[in-house]
Amino acid sequence: MATLIEAKDLRKRFGTIHAVDGVSLNVSAGEVLGFLGPNGAGKSTTMRMLTGFLEADSGSVQLAGIALDVDPLEARRRMGYLPEGAPAYPDMKVRDFLMFIAQARGFLGAEARRRVDEAVDRIHLQQVLGQSIETLSKGFKRRVGLAQAILHDPPVLILDEPTDGLDPNQKHEVRNLISEMGASQGKAIVLSTHILEEVEAVCTRAVIINKGKVVVDEAPQTLISRAPEGSGGSAMDVVFRSVTSGDLEEAGQ
Amino acid sequence: MRRISIVFRREFSGYFATPLAAIFLVVFLFLASMFAFNIGGFFDRGQADLRPFFQFHPWLYLFLVPAISMRLWAEERRTGTIELIATLPLTMQDLVLGKFFAAWAFSGLALLLTVPMWWTVSFLGEPDHGVIVCSYLASWLTAGAFLAIGSAISSLTKNQVVAFVLCAATCFLLLLSGFSVVLDFFRSWAPNMVVEGLSAIGVLTHFDSMVRGVIDLRDVLYFASVIVAFLVINTAVIDWRKAA
Repeated sequence: MATLIEAKDLRKRFGTIHAVDGVSLNVSAGEVLGFLGPNGAGKSTTMRMLTGFLEADSGSVQLAGIALDVDPLEARRRMGYLPEGAPAYPDMKVRDFLMFIAQARGFLGAEARRRVDEAVDRIHLQQVLGQSIETLSKGFKRRVGLAQAILHDPPVLILDEPTDGLDPNQKHEVRNLISEMGASQGKAIVLSTHILEEVEAVCTRAVIINKGKVVVDEAPQTLISRAPEGSGGSAMDVVFRSVTSGDLEEAGQ
Repeated sequence: MRRISIVFRREFSGYFATPLAAIFLVVFLFLASMFAFNIGGFFDRGQADLRPFFQFHPWLYLFLVPAISMRLWAEERRTGTIELIATLPLTMQDLVLGKFFAAWAFSGLALLLTVPMWWTVSFLGEPDHGVIVCSYLASWLTAGAFLAIGSAISSLTKNQVVAFVLCAATCFLLLLSGFSVVLDFFRSWAPNMVVEGLSAIGVLTHFDSMVRGVIDLRDVLYFASVIVAFLVINTAVIDWRKAA
């Protein structure tokens, strides 16, 4: 499988805090990587460096074979990004906003409309197309963010908390969409989340980051199997706590 | 070019998505004509020209331009949309120029709506149309210079009020430095070079000579270089602290 995201030894310091301290990630086509970690562990900072929004102090990123620092525009063309909080222009109508993104991505006229219609169809935004973004519920706002990230059908997707604020039905739908984009469309997807079941449900790989360092990188099933027997609660919770709080010694194997 | 025009269109239509555009246009037209008629003595002069109308424009721009420019970047930072547009396949220049031209075009629209003043003087007498065209250009260039300054300042903060105040203060200094009172104050003790320099960077020096109907290449170059310089600063600031 082709490696679509290749991050080498990313580091970022804010003042004296090492927000990201040597993170390396390789994500292949078809992989859905769940990015986990406590608040402030460096998830968003890492994702911002993967998309080029933040410049890393050191390290390098390649997206679909293009080095981010060599040809940033070409690298960005191959990537869809849902930033934290799904920011969008509050005064704009959903349709106008998506058209703006489509045009900024280089689609013209009828092609731009087709791309927008397609994304709207996949994410079920028809009923809010004429609404301005500030009037949308949190769930719809998030889905608009998701629509703008996928409308150009990029090989690489970076999604910062894509299901945050969605109701259970919407969560289910978005998870299905993500699994499908990974498994059958062969995209490389990185998504961050606080919901551990989500990792079990959609991810083919779980990466836990703590204090700017990768502490776990394995299949979700392997991760679960590391929980000691009879530890109570969800197995994933137990492992997550043990590797991020240091309360427990390395769990399992 | 196409990328700039995409940013331009979004920004320009953005002015009309809120009451901002209407309020700005009404206030500008009201104040511009009030100054011309009440303070400038438009009728009392008994001359068919628009000097009393144009001479107050820099002062009007002093607080109207920051009102447009303050949101250019501060708003993007506050709502987080900067993260969205900075990761689209657009360069920083595309974004800076698209935003600037949209704001400048909007101020041009406000100016265009004052054309009835021109009709009025043409109806009342025989004005020198060349001077009026020249004055419109001077006014628009002044707005452009202030907008470029405001855009650069807006890129430094996520607080629009801070952006407004700093922009108004900077433009005020630039206006003052061409003022004879200020120049006289410096003339008493500062070396001649400083006084000359201050007068050269003052907006009013260049504005006044253009409003008189003289298009001097140096005046146009002055406005152009203020605009370019501040847009370069703008681009550098955004590039340097996108996430701040």
